[in-house]
Amino acid sequence: MDTILFIVFATVAVVCAFNLVFQTHPISSALSLIGVMGSLAVLYLLLGAEFIAMAQVIVYGGAVMVLFIFVIMLLNAGTEKASSKSWFAQIAGLPLLLAFVAVLAFLIRSALPGALAVPTRAVEFGSWVGGSAEEIGKLLFTQYLLPFEVISILILIAILGAVVLAQKEID
Amino acid sequence: MNINFIVVSLIKILLVFGIFMTTLAYLQWVERKVLAHIQLRTGPLRVGPHGLMQPLADVFKLLTKEDLLPPYVNRFFYLLAPFIAVCLALITISVIPFGPEVQIFGVRTYMQISDLNVGILFFLALSAVSVYGVALAGWSSNNKYSLLGGLRSSAQMISYELPLTLAIVAPLLLANHLSFRAISDAQAGYYLGFIPRWNVFQFPFPQVLGFLIFLISAFAETNRIPFDLPEAENELVAGFHTEYSSMKFASFFMAEYANIVNITCVATLLFLGGWHPLFPAPFSNWIAPLVLLFAAAMCFFQGTQPARKGDRITFPIFGVAFLVLTLIFAVAASGIIPALTAILLAVFWFAAKVGLLIFIFIWVRGTLPRFRYDQLMHFAWTFLFPLALINLLLTALFVALFPGKA
Repeated sequence: MDTILFIVFATVAVVCAFNLVFQTHPISSALSLIGVMGSLAVLYLLLGAEFIAMAQVIVYGGAVMVLFIFVIMLLNAGTEKASSKSWFAQIAGLPLLLAFVAVLAFLIRSALPGALAVPTRAVEFGSWVGGSAEEIGKLLFTQYLLPFEVISILILIAILGAVVLAQKEID
Repeated sequence: MNINFIVVSLIKILLVFGIFMTTLAYLQWVERKVLAHIQLRTGPLRVGPHGLMQPLADVFKLLTKEDLLPPYVNRFFYLLAPFIAVCLALITISVIPFGPEVQIFGVRTYMQISDLNVGILFFLALSAVSVYGVALAGWSSNNKYSLLGGLRSSAQMISYELPLTLAIVAPLLLANHLSFRAISDAQAGYYLGFIPRWNVFQFPFPQVLGFLIFLISAFAETNRIPFDLPEAENELVAGFHTEYSSMKFASFFMAEYANIVNITCVATLLFLGGWHPLFPAPFSNWIAPLVLLFAAAMCFFQGTQPARKGDRITFPIFGVAFLVLTLIFAVAASGIIPALTAILLAVFWFAAKVGLLIFIFIWVRGTLPRFRYDQLMHFAWTFLFPLALINLLLTALFVALFPGKA
């Protein structure tokens, strides 16, 4: 049952991700991104991270993407026109992309040994139970207190910056 | 996952869904009747006795109307929008608990489709995502009124989600849990033997302020008067659903009423103690039969002084129906059949609280005028949001000062 759900939602996530790139209309792309977020949330849920799953939907699926859609609707952005590609992009695009992926894979492999290795043990869905809100809260306020506080200050700075910028606009 | 679990779940889903859909259909009748009486009219009367068949007639009307697909719309999103709206609105009911754990024919089960550990977050997630139904409907219609309605709605729902969420956090602090069942169970019992421990009467810091903030935000979240700017008739024709007809229009309509029921259920669970009665147990059991008996007596009394021709027959029939209900609840109250007592009394108190809140929704619609758009935003950001923050800080302070009480 868990495996079937995993296959279904992993497929949905990948298809939505491809759709996000291939669609020419901003609204279609944004909606595909919401599809990716939603199916990722289901994958988190399958792994037992219920709090992260719900936070994913509330923050990314809800708040962030609503703002995206809101801005797209407000600007009334139309369908993208395919720009005439330069000869450099046409010739060197695919080889460069492959080279980039290879370098990235090499870097990941050297930085995190075993990250790309085939796992010896199958993933057991629902075997991990550390994903409740309580556990995450405890970790946030003990082990990860410093990063948590730093991020809070970063967000505060961003809010102040937004207020300052908007203030100028009004005057 | 055994066969027992699947069968019980299927029965529960069928029951809840059936009752929910009937409630949605009749909510519209109730709203029209209450509004009519507020405005000294009589409301729907023609179809069936006292217009009771009106919802059925409306459903047939909407089903048989021409399903118009305007040529200038964005087809895919235009068809997707009502689907999103109605699906998300109907899913929420699956995490709402209606009563305690009960035992029927040897099977122990919760009166709830599924008890999620993160029930509150699930509700918030669905309400956050349900903006898309309205926003996409407005955008895909390719119509300036629809677009403005959709934009207004998304801005309004984002803004009012903040005070709503902050108001929700205060009861969460008191209950120390994210599941609806645990939050409701934390409000069981009585102070001094007669004051219920609901969150609105909570001892160190009663959540009256939080409840009011939640209720006001709920009006905005469900796009109801006085915050129904997205469908303001005199400015935007019908707002985001201007271009929709037939069943697609009905979907939006249904989603609106489903959202009202959902949000009043959540308000009941968070602030009004869920299914826990207002009075201590042996005495409160008899409230339900007494109320129903009063309703029966009113019906018989109205039957003796008919305002219309049919009333001489219909009112006594309603009276007899209420008497039968009184009898059933009296049996439940006396405790002869324990399962019946647990189920019916929990459902009575839950339905009574939800019904009261829905009545307030309709009452407000019949009383208040519509806000201006800038007033709406100003109210949310400069008044409601700071107020919710202060409420949250005070609650947190009291929870920290009286750790045993909360």
